[in-house]
Amino acid sequence: MSVSTSLSRPAPNSDVHNRDAQQRDDRGLDAADRAIVLATQTGLPLVPDPWSAVGREVGMSGEEVLERMRAMQARGVIRRVAAVPNHYRLGYVANGMTVWDVDDAQIARLGREVAAIEGVSHCYRRPRHLPHWPYNLFAMLHGRSRDEVERQAAALRERLGEACRDHRILYSSRILKKTGLRLAGARPGTASTATEGRG
Amino acid sequence: MHCHPRDFDSLDRGLIDIYQRGLPVCTRPFLSVAERLGTSETEVIARLERLHSLDVLSRVGPVFDHARAGASLLAAVAVPEETRDAFAALINAAPGVNHNYAREGLAREQGYNLWFVMTAPDEPELEARLDALEAHLGVPILRLPMLEGYHIDLSFPIPWAELECT
Repeated sequence: MSVSTSLSRPAPNSDVHNRDAQQRDDRGLDAADRAIVLATQTGLPLVPDPWSAVGREVGMSGEEVLERMRAMQARGVIRRVAAVPNHYRLGYVANGMTVWDVDDAQIARLGREVAAIEGVSHCYRRPRHLPHWPYNLFAMLHGRSRDEVERQAAALRERLGEACRDHRILYSSRILKKTGLRLAGARPGTASTATEGRG
Repeated sequence: MHCHPRDFDSLDRGLIDIYQRGLPVCTRPFLSVAERLGTSETEVIARLERLHSLDVLSRVGPVFDHARAGASLLAAVAVPEETRDAFAALINAAPGVNHNYAREGLAREQGYNLWFVMTAPDEPELEARLDALEAHLGVPILRLPMLEGYHIDLSFPIPWAELECT
């Protein structure tokens, strides 16, 4: 960002390039990356050379798609390219969003410890909104029953010890919308068509 | 409701167990998988297609770090139970909402019973969407951005043998 602002007299067009470069710095994606994200976020085509198949869709060569996928992975935009299991279909039907009010001075260490406990799929620090929302640590638990989730939560409670003042387990009673589409919102007006009621 | 583990042989299980951690990002990823598992590329693709069609795999593809690939935020509202579904419909129709769960378990005075994820291409747009939705709903939205993530190993070991007994 500092490099582009230090260019004192940009030639025509370079303004646009500077803006593009800055946008990539802020979000980690340029226009070509975004096209690839949109084309792959619901999954890769299951063919021997998926990159060329994606490339045909977005108007790039397979080599460029592969290169950009690797670059996005190196920058951390893509965590991994993987077979993503649906645990619900394998019997993990209970999910509990647990929320904890944890001593701020200890949360970084405890957050990492809690994240390693079996059954925890996500573990994040989020802001409190006092007085009505005191919880600053979120851990998503997955089990085959609510009993199993309760046991996992008890293990977390024990690990947090005196640093934890209060906690709750929120069970999902109904999935009202679930879609992996993240960048669809970049095209206003299309999101409502993705609505899926379940249950 | 859910599949039984006996429907999945060791090749299926290997595909799920090993490759939920990541596929090789190379020219012929499924050929590389096949070589490691001692089978053919065609067989790997056929297995992945079957697992996907059974919804045991939600997808085979990139897992994005949304904090870096756009802006998103966990949000919640507290609405009366009897009008919950009407509020949910309004939330679902708002641009950028990609998850919405009814959740129970909070004390009555906290009352947040609809939990959703709002996404946008960038932070200013995220704020704008939340402000617009808040005005539309007429109730305050609890905004809970991720401040720090603690999870390192994102895979989730599947206890196949244990599952077979259930």
